[in-house]
Amino acid sequence: MKRGNPWLWSAAVLVYAFLYIPLIIVVLYSFNDSRLNAEWVGFTLFWYKALFNNTEMLLAARNSLIIALCASFCATLLGTMSGLAIHRYKLRVLPVLVFTPVAMPEILLGVSILLFFLQVLNFTLGMVSIIIAHTTFCIGFVAIIVRARLQGMDESIFEAARDLGASPWQTFRLVTLPLIMPAVVAGALMSFTLSIDDFVITFFTKGVGEPILPIQIYTMIKVAVTPEVNAISTLLMLLTLVMIIIAARLESNASSEESTKPGKTVK
Amino acid sequence: MALLEIRNVTRRFGSYTALDNVSIDVEAGEFFTLLGPSGCGKTTLLRMIAGFDLPDSGQILLDGKDMVGIPPEKRPVHTVFQTYALFPHMTVADNIAFPLKMAGKAPQEIKKRVNELLERVHLPNFGNRFPHELSGGQKQRVAFARGLVNRPRLLLLDEPLGALDAKLREEMQIELINLQKEIGITFIFVTHAQDEALALSHRIAVMNRGNVEQIDEPSKIYSAPRNHFVADFIGKISVMNAAVMEAVPSHLKLAIEGLGEVTAPAREGVEVGDKGVLAIRPEQVRISHPSNESQLKNHFRGKVHDFLYVGDVTTYIVELVNGAYIEALLPNSAPGRAKFFEVDDEVTISWRHDAGIFLNDPQ
Repeated sequence: MKRGNPWLWSAAVLVYAFLYIPLIIVVLYSFNDSRLNAEWVGFTLFWYKALFNNTEMLLAARNSLIIALCASFCATLLGTMSGLAIHRYKLRVLPVLVFTPVAMPEILLGVSILLFFLQVLNFTLGMVSIIIAHTTFCIGFVAIIVRARLQGMDESIFEAARDLGASPWQTFRLVTLPLIMPAVVAGALMSFTLSIDDFVITFFTKGVGEPILPIQIYTMIKVAVTPEVNAISTLLMLLTLVMIIIAARLESNASSEESTKPGKTVK
Repeated sequence: MALLEIRNVTRRFGSYTALDNVSIDVEAGEFFTLLGPSGCGKTTLLRMIAGFDLPDSGQILLDGKDMVGIPPEKRPVHTVFQTYALFPHMTVADNIAFPLKMAGKAPQEIKKRVNELLERVHLPNFGNRFPHELSGGQKQRVAFARGLVNRPRLLLLDEPLGALDAKLREEMQIELINLQKEIGITFIFVTHAQDEALALSHRIAVMNRGNVEQIDEPSKIYSAPRNHFVADFIGKISVMNAAVMEAVPSHLKLAIEGLGEVTAPAREGVEVGDKGVLAIRPEQVRISHPSNESQLKNHFRGKVHDFLYVGDVTTYIVELVNGAYIEALLPNSAPGRAKFFEVDDEVTISWRHDAGIFLNDPQ
């Protein structure tokens, strides 16, 4: 059996420890029967109960969910369309324009969107402004995933549909959409996870109104790091993890298998 | 009136001319082949007939109706793509049913037609499979069925056998001929494989650099190529530089540089003093021991330069005294005597006076 280089192994272990030990500690302490994040006392679900009695926190979670659902829906719609457009029209500027926000520093994006809302549109900040801002930075991610899927496909499939009597719209509905569906769903899940735990852009565009989950967590920490924060972080982590795993599986299934039966994979 | 008329079609991509004033007529019921090397414009022409590209000038008429401005889905023309282009998310039956559904046919009729076509391409129990569960040959058959099911006026086939291995290719060629004969739909077949074109077609258009070099039946294309390109592209041929000494209605007398005089069949428009090449097919060249002096008028001494044994026949490459090479084909039908000559053997090569072709086109 191949053992590999022991140095390589220890380097890998160090990297993974660096990445995951902080997360594991948060998860462990969310079950710790002590108000202090100092030593392990015993197992409890008390902090989760406390969390579900914290109305402010529940409201924040509800708002974040609404934002994430709306933003991922809009971003998926627009991102899919731009992914298709980038693939179809081989203009160099098009992909750059869509993908730049993905690479742009979030703080810059946050500030510019804030200024745009306040100074150009004279818009009252709130849920809607957050949804719009989240949609903006999620579009690029969806477009990248959808375009990658299209690039791996035989162009003549779409021509065959037209050739055999399908109008452009029928071709899209009956052939293109079912074939890119795994990428569309993966893009939607990705957008959802990006939106639900986004802090910087939310911070700039939220205004003074509704509590939003990541901001709420930050506010709680400012007072003291309670195990309640650990509990909500653990839940958030779990949700994100599940979504990312589903998205990754959809993408890899779609690319490894030549055939994609949408009925099967989308469920 | 021809079913499909291509009239003076020109197509340019930037400074590159893909099709240069091409005119072709295809009759109803024909198996017509566009043959040429890659980049000759055959695929561009096919895409224009299907409606995926437009001519810069000229017309494409189907049943006398100009096709310009009619989108692909409105043309009674279907295509079998090189990559098959089966819809990977649909079953075989749904793939074949697709054109019928698009045409708004009734469900019972769709079912009947799909089953009929599945029978016809010898895949009766494959309706519920997905394309990725099929072999290359089976995918190919499904692609044929899908192209034929709605009875188009014209079926375009874009190198459909290119991805198959040699044995399967031959099988599919025979099936394709039978399918076309039974169904009676006009086929336009695009290929760069000359053997495929010769085996399948009623007529062939040989294309080169955006031009049609010759349109003829396979046997004419092979035995009476109109110019050097066609002669060279179809089958094997040896060429020797020649000048015309005498041109009479019965024959030509040619002088071959450094070799001597030969007779060749007469050809229209050839005059004394014309320079060109004498082209001759390997199977028309006889190779023999120098001791048996040939009875034929056209014979020369040479030396075996190399030979290629391929089982049924051996091709000898003979170097003539003037340094030119000529190929001679010898069937290996004599049992136990697979090899007649060795490299460097002195031989006599000869051919009948009506075997060569004088081609005087500029090189």
